[in-house]
Amino acid sequence: MELVHSQLNTSQKRLDVFDWLYAALIVVAAVVAEQQYGQYMDIYEHSILIGSTLGLIALGWFWKSWRWFFPLTGALALAAIALYAGDINQGQSRFFLRYLLSSQSAIMWMCTLFFLAMAVFWAALFSRSAFLEQFATGLTWAASVMGLTGLFVRWDESYLISPDIGHIPVSNLYEVFVLFCLITALMYLYYAERVATRRMGAFVLPIICAAVGFILWYTFDRQAHEIQPLIPALQSWWMKIHVPTNFIGYGAFAIAAMLGIAERLVSRGVLADRLPSADIMEEVMYRAIAVGFLFFTIATILGAMWAADAWGGYWSWDPKETWALIVWLNYAAWLHVRLVKGWRGAVLSWWAIIGLFVTTFAFIGVNMFLSGLHSYGAL
Amino acid sequence: MKTPTRSTVFWASLFDLLSSMRFAIGLLTILAIASVIGTVLQQNQPYPNYVIEFGQFWFTVFEWLGLFDVYHSAWFLILLAFLVLSTSLCIWRNTPGFLKEMRGWREHASERSLAAMSHTALLQGTGTPETVQAYLTSQGFAIKTAQREDGSTMVVGKRGAGNKLGYFFAHIALVVICIGGLMDGNLPLKIGELVGTIRPETRDIPQGQVPAESRLSTSNLSFRGNVTIPENSSADVVFLNAGRGYLVQDLPFIITLKKFRVEYYPTGMPKLFASDIVITDKASGKTREETVKVNHPVHVDGVAIYQASFGDGGSPLALTAWNLAAPAMGPIKVEGRSMNQQPLIANGKPYSLEFGELRVFNIQDMRDNSTVAVNKTFNELLSQAQSVQHEKNLANAGPTIQFKLRDNQGQAFEYHTYMSPLVLEGRSYIVTGVRKEVGQPFSYLRLPLDQEGSLQSFMRLYATLHDTSLYPEIARRAAAKALAGSSISPEMQQQFQFSVEFVLNRFHEGGFRALDEFVQARVPADKQAEVGQTYIKILQAVVVDMMEIAHQRAGLAPFQLNENNYRFLLDSLVAAGILVRDYGSPVFLQLSGFEQVQATGLQLTRSPGKNVVYFGSLILVLGILCMFYIREVRVWVRLGAQDTRLAVSSNRKNRDLEQDFARHQARLLEIVQGKA
Repeated sequence: MELVHSQLNTSQKRLDVFDWLYAALIVVAAVVAEQQYGQYMDIYEHSILIGSTLGLIALGWFWKSWRWFFPLTGALALAAIALYAGDINQGQSRFFLRYLLSSQSAIMWMCTLFFLAMAVFWAALFSRSAFLEQFATGLTWAASVMGLTGLFVRWDESYLISPDIGHIPVSNLYEVFVLFCLITALMYLYYAERVATRRMGAFVLPIICAAVGFILWYTFDRQAHEIQPLIPALQSWWMKIHVPTNFIGYGAFAIAAMLGIAERLVSRGVLADRLPSADIMEEVMYRAIAVGFLFFTIATILGAMWAADAWGGYWSWDPKETWALIVWLNYAAWLHVRLVKGWRGAVLSWWAIIGLFVTTFAFIGVNMFLSGLHSYGAL
Repeated sequence: MKTPTRSTVFWASLFDLLSSMRFAIGLLTILAIASVIGTVLQQNQPYPNYVIEFGQFWFTVFEWLGLFDVYHSAWFLILLAFLVLSTSLCIWRNTPGFLKEMRGWREHASERSLAAMSHTALLQGTGTPETVQAYLTSQGFAIKTAQREDGSTMVVGKRGAGNKLGYFFAHIALVVICIGGLMDGNLPLKIGELVGTIRPETRDIPQGQVPAESRLSTSNLSFRGNVTIPENSSADVVFLNAGRGYLVQDLPFIITLKKFRVEYYPTGMPKLFASDIVITDKASGKTREETVKVNHPVHVDGVAIYQASFGDGGSPLALTAWNLAAPAMGPIKVEGRSMNQQPLIANGKPYSLEFGELRVFNIQDMRDNSTVAVNKTFNELLSQAQSVQHEKNLANAGPTIQFKLRDNQGQAFEYHTYMSPLVLEGRSYIVTGVRKEVGQPFSYLRLPLDQEGSLQSFMRLYATLHDTSLYPEIARRAAAKALAGSSISPEMQQQFQFSVEFVLNRFHEGGFRALDEFVQARVPADKQAEVGQTYIKILQAVVVDMMEIAHQRAGLAPFQLNENNYRFLLDSLVAAGILVRDYGSPVFLQLSGFEQVQATGLQLTRSPGKNVVYFGSLILVLGILCMFYIREVRVWVRLGAQDTRLAVSSNRKNRDLEQDFARHQARLLEIVQGKA
């Protein structure tokens, strides 16, 4: 892979002791999970477990920061599970659960930390302070840790409410918005390390904070954070892979659009001496769209395969499916003009920005304005 | 040499256009925009709905444009066909060049062309081909070495040929997916309809009477149809939507529904929909038992059976009917079947009783809605946001039946009746909703039940209200009581009796609303409230006399007035006020029993193109992976007598290439200067 390639040449040959320790940890965790819960899993879920194990090891080897990030969230989630001790009501009485580790507390921490990170990123931009940039990056990491921990704990909480209600927290609009914030932040953190500049944060964080704003409204006004059981159409292992894959796509497209804005500003001389060069942002934009396109393609195919099991046909021209196709066609055209025609600059940036609107409509607009089979995430 | 004729020029330029990038991009854009239409306009609705929504003129225009089924309209399919054509021509056009490039090494590239490359360097010193070969091999390159005429040696390395392969994969995938989709599409049916061999049936007739030109045989390769099967019934066909009508698809097997199962979570959300079915093969007579669940289709002979919907399969109902024109008569038993209609004669007039759906569970959140979101302190909100579980007050309101009563003019009222009594503050009521038009919400009335849990007492009272010949006697008793209680003077007695009769007559005509309308129309504005209050007081007083008379007439023990009974009378008054005017039916039907028969809605599909589409999807992903993440890199090392030329090229000129070049240059410099 292009992204992996330079790593292949340089670092992968030298897997250090931490790589192996990390891999061993993941394998041990998978074995424990298999022993504890294997009896409840079907063949597909076993495959997903094996796939996740390999995927997580690969991710840790590929992106070194993942090696501490993931075990840390795992440890926090396990701490929360231990504190719950099988009783959901502990969440209101135990101090650490109530104020830090219960899923809602963790997610609220994530929200707060993302807002802080955005503020500090902008402060860093105007004060040209490398320290503040580093601090903002730290805040973004902390927010991501809390977000992933929150999702893990929420997963457990759903089982604590009742075993037949339990499910992976990617089943409604509230849960996937948390996932969106998390994935977008992590992808940004990866690119920031990859191209060795943290200054794009000032532009990526606002889109995350917009999603955070939605989460807060959805929580306080609509009580959408309540865990709901799964309706029959969603009771499928496909959900475990279809939804997260889709959100890698959405997150990547969001980053691309925000970099498109930054690129437009820089090329007009606005903040030009404070942001990375237009070339770097353009390249990251391309990479984000490429990875987003790949995952979005896979997600759409997985969605089609799920639809074939659930709705009786792999393609029903349901509004959500059709908008997924529109998004796909849009970025396919974008990639063609860049790779084949060799276009760069203004048009592609604007196109990426408009692309985000198309994507957002496919993501939320369809649920709000159009009716169809895919109405699980209705507002 | 051939001179190009006009026609070859034409074909050549058409080929150029169709295989060109801008045509492909244009097509992608148009396809995206066209796809929007079908998401904005609900597809495949019954045609009359569209006429109502858009009017006859636009309906005709939209129908002509195929907008009610965009994705199967001719122009949309033509767009897709052009996409396939454009992609195929693009592959056709690029294949020779790409293959040549993949195979070629360009080991004879001239020094000048190497020097003109963007990443090139002339290094001082030279080395042996072997060391260079070893280095490039270690870096994952395939290598070729050539002696050149000028005596120098050229070592060429290349890596990442998969990139070009990715191009083929991704583009062939698109064609494969479209072919798979076409196999599952309804193109053959469309052609059949055009040619006239297939004609959709538009009449609502029994399935067995559908003529042969509206039937599809079991040899039909691809279909997607629906069928509804009640419990203990069978089906051996499915129905396919076809524009204004439908087609009947014969199946090679018979499906019998033994039982349909629904389970609910405590919140009232559905947890499981499952159909226990028996499949009997028509040819062999073999049977197999299966369970179809949502997300778990059953596959038989290449046909997939899905759980698509469910409903009431026609449940036998037992009803208690009260004749509202003669309420004292007592109830009679009526039998019916949900989802069916039957004649009903009431007071000599014919009606049609049309039963809708029987719903056995009606789980409702009994929380007072006003407490949900408003008037919360910040702390309350915060603590609510902290918990993923909320208190609810859920209750099952029990079975309901919906039905319409249609008179011989075709006018109908629709009713929604709860079987179980609603208990409020210790009192029980029968709740029924009524509405005149389908789109409106039901307005609900509550008929109070007596201590025996029957409507008998209420109906006895209602009969008294209904018998206007009793009004003078009621008025006389009321006046006598009022006189005894010194509420009125003897001179007013006559006037009072008259008022009572007037109020009763008005109330009998149209309930509280009729009284209110009278007050609004006839009484001066400043007196309206006072007069209205007086009327209500009169009613609240005479209802006791009415009940006493009712008891007398029924030969019952004299009516005892106490607080509890008086509440009952007031509730009755409210209910009677609605029954006389807004109920619309000559009979009051109460659901007293049922035997649930459910029906399952199954979707059956045969899609031979499915695996083709999946295969196409697989190579699409492989193709995208190869295209984006395999970088094609080529390295030329020309070892001259004194110097070494290094040139590096890649299909992507980005930071990775810079890094690669710098690294190769550094390593090669070590090699040629003998430091390696």
